[in-house]
Amino acid sequence: MTLELFRIDDRLIHGQVVVGWGQPCELGFLVLVDDEVATSEWEQELYRMGVPPEMGIYFDSVESAARRLADYRADRRTGMLLTGDIGTMQRLVATAGGIRSVTIGGIHHKPGRTAHERYVYLTDEEEAQLRALAATGVTVSAQDVPQAAAMPLEELLAQDGAS
Amino acid sequence: MSDGPKAIVAGHGTFAEGIRSAVEQISGRGDCFITISNSGLAPGDIEAKLREAVASTGARIIFTDLPAGSCTLAARRVQRDTPGLIVVTGAALPTILSYACGGDLAKAAEQGRDALTVIEAPRDP
Repeated sequence: MTLELFRIDDRLIHGQVVVGWGQPCELGFLVLVDDEVATSEWEQELYRMGVPPEMGIYFDSVESAARRLADYRADRRTGMLLTGDIGTMQRLVATAGGIRSVTIGGIHHKPGRTAHERYVYLTDEEEAQLRALAATGVTVSAQDVPQAAAMPLEELLAQDGAS
Repeated sequence: MSDGPKAIVAGHGTFAEGIRSAVEQISGRGDCFITISNSGLAPGDIEAKLREAVASTGARIIFTDLPAGSCTLAARRVQRDTPGLIVVTGAALPTILSYACGGDLAKAAEQGRDALTVIEAPRDP
């Protein structure tokens, strides 16, 4: 298998990732791409604690993730790469190249954001970032759990409300 | 034991409220707990809710449902700068009920571990 899933999720590593995706997809490793976490032992330990011992976890900055992406892709296990925001994924896609699809797993409410799904709230700037990402040829969709159908970006953005 | 909230239960969906309700039904001590759900919340908002609950109640224990869960990660962030705060994760009703009734956390954790049992289907006669 390989690094198959590229997910934007402001909770980064949490139950939905480790259990919801981890068990049915038999994830063997996670790659957490965050410039701040990549330089903080404490933050890394925090996330490491939530990951079962049989699942690998790697911490990268955007720069180091782009450099190591080929190694992750060559990994025989199935992997998921996570960023906590759209901008980080956008930088990774631009730096690394070859990322064909990105899934929005969770961007939660904060002031200034509008609901598009119960787990996706976006500012105008974030909408523009996603459109820009899609314009580079990346397939962008929203899907919180494996049992849900992936929702294409245009459908997501056309939706108004968190119902 | 029931003179106001003394511990926080936090988790996915309605886990925390379900636990509180069950503790109340079994022991009448549901008011030992204040409950927090992570539903629809960004990580910073979960942390803020926990901080507010700790500050306003003086609770020194946070029970969470899943080690990898966002409530657990938020609780550990609060723990980092709250002296004496204990986080118990993987908590379920037997542990939390025992704590509500006895107040001994070590014993409650042991009882919670012991309570987990797989009861196999009986063999055909």
